[in-house]
Amino acid sequence: MKLVISNGRVIDPSQDIDAVMDVIVTDGVITALGTDPNSGDAPDETIDASGMVVTPGLIDMHTHLREPGFEYKETIQSGSAAAVAGGFTSIACMANTDPVNDTRSVTEFIVQKARAAGKAHVYPVAAVSRGLEGVVLAEFGDLKEAGAVAFSDDGNPVIDSGLMRRAVEYAASLNTCVISHCEDRGLSAGGLMNESLVSTRLGITGIPSIAEDIMVARDIALAEYTGAPIHIAHVSTAGAVALIDAAKSRGVNVTAETAPHYFTLSDIAVEHFSTNTKMYPPLRSSGDVKAVKEGLKTGVIDAIASDHAPHSSIEKDLEFEYAAYGIIGLETSLALSLALVTDGILSMKQLVSLMSTNPARILKIPKGTLATGADADITIIDAAASWTIDPADFKSKSRNCPFTGLTVTGKAVMTIVDGRTVFRAF
Amino acid sequence: MKLGHKDLLGLEHVSREEISLILDTAESFKEISTRRIKKVPTLRGKTVINLFVEPSTRTRTSFEIAGKRLSADVINFTTSASSFVKGETLRDTAQTLQSMAPDIIVIRHSAAGAPHILARLLQASIINAGDGAHEHPTQALLDMLSIREKKGRLEGLKVAIVGDISHSRVARSNIFGMTTMGMSVAIGGPPMMIPRDLEKLGVTVHYRLADAIQDADVVMMLRIQFERQASSLFPSIREYARFYSLTRDTIGLAKDDVIIMHPGPINRGVEIAPDIADGPSSIILDQVTNGVAVRMALLYLLGGGTE
Repeated sequence: MKLVISNGRVIDPSQDIDAVMDVIVTDGVITALGTDPNSGDAPDETIDASGMVVTPGLIDMHTHLREPGFEYKETIQSGSAAAVAGGFTSIACMANTDPVNDTRSVTEFIVQKARAAGKAHVYPVAAVSRGLEGVVLAEFGDLKEAGAVAFSDDGNPVIDSGLMRRAVEYAASLNTCVISHCEDRGLSAGGLMNESLVSTRLGITGIPSIAEDIMVARDIALAEYTGAPIHIAHVSTAGAVALIDAAKSRGVNVTAETAPHYFTLSDIAVEHFSTNTKMYPPLRSSGDVKAVKEGLKTGVIDAIASDHAPHSSIEKDLEFEYAAYGIIGLETSLALSLALVTDGILSMKQLVSLMSTNPARILKIPKGTLATGADADITIIDAAASWTIDPADFKSKSRNCPFTGLTVTGKAVMTIVDGRTVFRAF
Repeated sequence: MKLGHKDLLGLEHVSREEISLILDTAESFKEISTRRIKKVPTLRGKTVINLFVEPSTRTRTSFEIAGKRLSADVINFTTSASSFVKGETLRDTAQTLQSMAPDIIVIRHSAAGAPHILARLLQASIINAGDGAHEHPTQALLDMLSIREKKGRLEGLKVAIVGDISHSRVARSNIFGMTTMGMSVAIGGPPMMIPRDLEKLGVTVHYRLADAIQDADVVMMLRIQFERQASSLFPSIREYARFYSLTRDTIGLAKDDVIIMHPGPINRGVEIAPDIADGPSSIILDQVTNGVAVRMALLYLLGGGTE
């Protein structure tokens, strides 16, 4: 089975490529870029990608698929269908399911379900602590063997610094990392949105930016002291960007991600009490939004991840105070990120690094490249397509999206996993 | 002239002209409450539902009397937020009420923004009777009516508002309304009770009581709810009373003709000394009287009543 994707603008930061050329795939593996060495064998399929951007399959390293336990919000099937519709060939899913992914059987269940779904590759992130309770370490070795690629109590911070130290050192010994949800609960207690003039006007208890910064500083200290890698999840503050920047200049083994809503919306969006503007960390001030964009531009932030957090109307169609935290993102992430290219903040190549090359490197998965011999995970993007966001069209089971009605530019038109076309927009 | 809104959700986006209209209307309604027969047919055939999802006797009674003096049919619907969370949602309750075709729904709710949900969903006019720590616009309007009555004007007056501003919807609505009306607002309280960036709302912030009430024309003391939130914020009631209670000594710093206000219910000996609350400068009971007049004015202006 031979597939040729012809005449696309191929962007692969892993090989420093940005040029119009063909991508040749044979039996699910990339066999050549540019000239086909076996041009005598006619391809079984040719995809004309003229005017399109062809990239290594995009990777969303931070999603919540809600299965097992909350299948009415999302399943591995619906979540991975949403992933490929959004251009993602690989996603990592967090452990806060029910039961929590803190044991081999849950990790294996996720891997099997994902395989049966046959859409995106799904990489489980297992819990740092049993039951996400922050007391006893989960069985990292067993979990890794079962398929876990990283460890995180995401949704909860690991409050006990001693436990966090043991977690990062043990994860490092297994050639994996801990993904840290940075939140000082003493400062964030009772908070529902960013602490600012907006929260003061609305009479809503605020979450100060330092609730994030203080835990980022702690995690940097742990990474620096132990030498173990730590990945900071969903960076939303100027303070966190500055801390990570300084740590990286000292050579600390720290990486970071942010989510599209943190560079697209500020806390002003909360003004009308829409529960789709409620998430953790909260939408921050315009100064933080600016710093996050700058962090992406300068490479302080390594990855863009959606923090796809599906909730049904049962959790969201409520008073702001009672509504659950989180928004969906798999099907809006690429378009919102491409806006940074349109605005001249990022080059296309930087964008592909942030959404494919770097997440693969951080998770140490053999993805994020179009190198010869690599699995043929490929995303074809129409960077000029204009469309209006309407969650009713989404593959995700949930509709908790603050961007409804927004007209955006750029979308995945074809998503290929192991040489199979798993999504096409036309 | 009519109000430019279907609802009254807060004072933040209400103009000076609209506030003046409400106060003028309220003033004209005050006389009704002094008659032997305290009732006019203005809102006959209109239905007002008081939806109180948080306990309140004073405000609910005030709205009920206001509606009845205008001949509206007033129905009280009281429930608790906790039963809401477990059972029917606000959305479902709202739609149920809408099916009964009310003209006005007055809502009190412990969560900020709850009246906004009703306003989006329902055709009825919504009046916010207090939502969490967000706004309590009718309280601020009755406060301004009371001040205007005693002082003959609002513009240029200096008012001090002292207490737990972070958790006070009364403070927020008064800050929005009073700054709109050209008053100078000084806020007093300990730092843990002052929300971030408050001064950006055009007020001054003072951590010492004396600095806040210096030369004030009006001093408004807020109820400190130690049983609820403040216990974790502030060392003790004793400490609060020692440094933030309005007493005979501290009141001397304000203007000689200062008026003392309190939205009630008061904690005697905590935020205000008994002799001050009962003293000649206190207009606390006038506020209650004006509450009925202001609520009559709003029901009238939003209910589309005829003279």
